[in-house]
Amino acid sequence: MGGRPGRVALRVATAAVLLFMYFPLALIVAYAFNESGTSAWPPSGLSLRWVDAALANSGLRQAFITSLAAAIGATVIALILGTLAAMAVARHRFFGREIISFVVIFPIALPGIVTGMALSTTFATTGVPLGLFAIIVGHATFCIVLVYNNAIARLRRTAASLEEASADLGADTWQTFRHITLPGIRSAMLAGALLAFALSFDEVIVTIFLAGGVQTLPIWIFQSFRLANQVALVNVAGLVAILLSVVPVYVASRLTRDTGPTGRT
Amino acid sequence: MLLAGPVGWLVIAYLGSLAILFLNAFWTRDPFTGLVIRQPTIDNFVEVATNPLYRTVTLRTVGMAIAVTLTCMVLAFPIAYYMARVASPRVRGLMVVAIVMPLWASYLVKAYSWRLILSEDGVLNWFLAPLGLRGPGLGEGMIGLWMVFTYLWLPYMILPIYAGLERIPSSLLEASADLGGRGFTTFRRVIFPLVVPALVAGSIFTFSLTLGDYIAPGLVTTTQFIGTLILSRFGVPDLPLAAALSLVPLAIMVVYLLIARRLGAFEAL
Repeated sequence: MGGRPGRVALRVATAAVLLFMYFPLALIVAYAFNESGTSAWPPSGLSLRWVDAALANSGLRQAFITSLAAAIGATVIALILGTLAAMAVARHRFFGREIISFVVIFPIALPGIVTGMALSTTFATTGVPLGLFAIIVGHATFCIVLVYNNAIARLRRTAASLEEASADLGADTWQTFRHITLPGIRSAMLAGALLAFALSFDEVIVTIFLAGGVQTLPIWIFQSFRLANQVALVNVAGLVAILLSVVPVYVASRLTRDTGPTGRT
Repeated sequence: MLLAGPVGWLVIAYLGSLAILFLNAFWTRDPFTGLVIRQPTIDNFVEVATNPLYRTVTLRTVGMAIAVTLTCMVLAFPIAYYMARVASPRVRGLMVVAIVMPLWASYLVKAYSWRLILSEDGVLNWFLAPLGLRGPGLGEGMIGLWMVFTYLWLPYMILPIYAGLERIPSSLLEASADLGGRGFTTFRRVIFPLVVPALVAGSIFTFSLTLGDYIAPGLVTTTQFIGTLILSRFGVPDLPLAAALSLVPLAIMVVYLLIARRLGAFEAL
């Protein structure tokens, strides 16, 4: 597009957009180690004051543990159901197969507030108490698609003939899965699970509707916006939240370098 | 057999929930006790359709979604083009990771960082002060929110456009050049029509996310949007009305998805 000046303009625009994307994240890091506890720029000096205060805050610690529990629970459920659905759609023909691939993206494609209200109303109607269990169930519904997408992409590129050969040689379904299918899709499943973990760990829009009185890390952060004595800790908590979602995603992207992780909604 | 688990889960947990929410929109609330009365009525739908407040807020939110979508397209195109057509394979791989990572970094923290940027004594005003300018601030205005949404959803637009551009065979661009098409002509008559499905695919995300968000508006502006409005009616205040209101973004998204499918966006997702 264009000659040399066009190229230069393109590079400048690319660099500007990258700067725009990373500047706010860098800002959180800067404020996490800021001496002063206000939003005033520039920072007044380097300090671990707020990191210490965050480590000492028991509410924050508890919220962190709750988030870990919720993310692990949702990831395990999503891993099992997402893999099963992917295997069914990739390896079998049955009525409604097309619909499945459409239905799994539903919870992630519709506005989060609708998902949150729908699940919350249903739990209230059926008498399921809000709290950690409700959060895990809710998160699992929209994490399934992440495992599903990764697993099915891998299954479509591996031939079913190996599994057929295994069955011909007398292996039962479980043996075939364990020795043939699983080694082939293991890294894709792990990538999907890491993405599911990252999404669950910092989901907030749906979680607020499901939490009852339970605080996950994002909910703790959200409620701290209004508490003057905690607002300085938000940057430290935010840094933890960023790291715990970005690191799994980085690992996932190395695991599926040929396909790339699927975008989330 | 393999399917019974996941499908049962999705159908019961998700579609069932949507149905229950929809059902709730037909109930009403006793104005004195505040209890939900389970007697089917379409009052809530009439209220949502006729009350000028809801119409204003819906139009404002859709307007915001359109503005954010267009801005994201303009910002996303150059970087996507650079990744797909100019960068070496190694740089391209690094850049895909560089775009994907902020996408996953805590949404709440990213939205919150804009409070730091836009606040009175924040970074933006510090940069603008020497020029004698001031940022949009955190008051009633909507420019701040427009910036926040654009920031939050930009990666969702870059990735499909990048994928769409990468799929265009070089031979098409060479043919256009051989036939005398200059840079802009090639862009307008060859590249642009071919990436329309990708643009629409990206806009599904920017649109849906803007319509459903109630946190970012609450953080940076005092003006109401569909999300904040639904939230303020949810729960004790008036669940049936909130349920009826939530059908507005839902209906908009369903219509949008149907149009997007006609335009071929689903193949570009």
